Amino acid sequence: MDYFFTEEQKMIQELARQIAEEKVVPVRAELDEKEEFPHEIMQVLAQSDMFGIFIPEEYGGLGMGSLELCIAVEELSRACLGVSTSYAANALGTYPILLFGTEEQKKRYLPDIASGKRLVAFALTEANAGSDAAGIQTTAKKDGDYYILNGTKQWITNGGEAEIYTVIAMTDPSRGARGASAFIVEKGTEGFSFGKKEKKMGIRASVTRELIFDNCRVPKENLLGREGMGFIVAMKTLDQSRVGVGAQGVGVAQGALEEAIRFARQRVQFGKPVISFQAVQHMLADMATLTEAARALVYSVARYVDSGAKDISKPSAMAKVFATDVAMKVTTDAVQVMGGSGYMREYPVEKMMRDAKILQIYEGTNQIQRNVIGQELIKEAARKG
Amino acid sequence: MKIVVCIKQVPDTAEVRINPETNTLVRDGVPSIINPYDLHALEAALQIKEKIGGTVTAITMGPPQAEDALREAIAMGVDDAVLLTDRAFAGSDTWATAYTLARAVSRIGYDLILCGKQAIDGDTAQVGPEMAEFLDIPHIAYVKAIDDINDRVIRVKRMMEEGYDVVEADLPVLLTVVKEINEPRLPSLKGKMRAKKAEIRRLGFKDLETDEHLVGLQGSPTQVKNIFAPEMKKDRKVLKGTPEEVVEQLITVLKEMKCL
Repeated sequence: MDYFFTEEQKMIQELARQIAEEKVVPVRAELDEKEEFPHEIMQVLAQSDMFGIFIPEEYGGLGMGSLELCIAVEELSRACLGVSTSYAANALGTYPILLFGTEEQKKRYLPDIASGKRLVAFALTEANAGSDAAGIQTTAKKDGDYYILNGTKQWITNGGEAEIYTVIAMTDPSRGARGASAFIVEKGTEGFSFGKKEKKMGIRASVTRELIFDNCRVPKENLLGREGMGFIVAMKTLDQSRVGVGAQGVGVAQGALEEAIRFARQRVQFGKPVISFQAVQHMLADMATLTEAARALVYSVARYVDSGAKDISKPSAMAKVFATDVAMKVTTDAVQVMGGSGYMREYPVEKMMRDAKILQIYEGTNQIQRNVIGQELIKEAARKG
Repeated sequence: MKIVVCIKQVPDTAEVRINPETNTLVRDGVPSIINPYDLHALEAALQIKEKIGGTVTAITMGPPQAEDALREAIAMGVDDAVLLTDRAFAGSDTWATAYTLARAVSRIGYDLILCGKQAIDGDTAQVGPEMAEFLDIPHIAYVKAIDDINDRVIRVKRMMEEGYDVVEADLPVLLTVVKEINEPRLPSLKGKMRAKKAEIRRLGFKDLETDEHLVGLQGSPTQVKNIFAPEMKKDRKVLKGTPEEVVEQLITVLKEMKCL
């Protein structure tokens, strides 16, 4: 399919694919096995300007948008979801600054983010606050020119590796979600340390870690937006980034589909390559159709986000839920098409299947996405009366 | 520091096809790339620039489509690029190519010239050192590391069959580099965008102010008469058994062949 990309968009696709094939594919099994953060790949991505894609030119970026970021994410995900998670989580952590930062905050942080010099992480989740973001227990108490942060964030992607953290904490716990605020916290700030490193089922080339705030003093100029806006900052950030998770789904599905086709052409049973059997062809046909449908939806929604539209919650939830459910199905079916070989670590599809599962869970479970879509449907119907 | 990197566009295939009538490379339908060794020369140049400053110019001699190789070099980060192209240069052997390139880099100006150790299509490894001879400057071939460089002197490690030599030379100097020297960077998005719009300087025969009989086919003391793939001999025999049995069999066979 031709999605009529511009010259620049094709350039991003071509370069991201080159990086994926030359730098990621040869090491992905090892990174997975050793649960190793891909430092070298991150450096290559930095040198190639990949971190600057969605950052405005005045801050050293390329001034592009969501679609261009999705193109890069899709290509990296086709090779390894662990690597693409480390890359995409950087964008997730950056959106609060991009969307709500003051001119001063943008000038201070965005150039280093665009160049890939400093990695970013987004810290919302806690032991008792996942899908229910209002359950946040980390507090931020104003003390003169500082806020004092106390609490523990859990399952933070890029935790420990990132230099910059956008953190949601309660400035007024009595007000629930309306009492949350967003802060920029730099690695090395006194009272800010890292805890448990998680052992995961998949995306093992990405690091997932606890953040511990123990009387951590954050300068008041690091508040993003105003006090009490934390929940809005988080929701707008997730609205913006969700389509990127969809792009991850498209990428891993595409990768699995290609592996399955390659294998099915070579594997001979009953005297014929297994791809000549209709049962296999029909599986591959469904996998290809679903992947293409997911891609079309992700690109459309990314273009809609880039148009500056305000009502992106529903479409971005749709892109996330559909593309990631597709990713789970396609990667699982790729293992099935490849049979015993698919189940073995010698081939990459079992990793793709393990990796794909997280897409249905992180950045809002697919059940929460359906809630978002459902609530929007109710609102729309109510408006029409 | 003015660094010039000589690059060559080569067909992207290990199986180079040859036109049996003209005995030249068939380029149609084969994607072209920058000669892999030249990527290492480009990387070395960019690293020197990052370390001590200066400019990097890439130059290639070839047909007009060799411009693509220069645009790739710009995407990697070189400052500007020169395409040496003219019908008069057609049919150059390594001597004429080295002469032509030498004339061109003299016009451009240089403190340091970097080349890959050889091209993967011709495999001669001659053009770099020959250029240095035409320019009457020192050259160091098979460089595997640049240990030190300043405005006047360079110190490098030259790969030898066993170990390496440490060689020092005054600038200007020409180096040819081996793969061990570095890992070439990939292009960057900003570089690719700049490459798309960049103007490639062109130099032709007239710009070099030289004689016709010194360039192209006329200036080439060697000519390719015939290129052919070695015939595959298919009468192979695999001896099987324990090592002792195999040795016995081998002796018998060699005696039959009158080799023993």
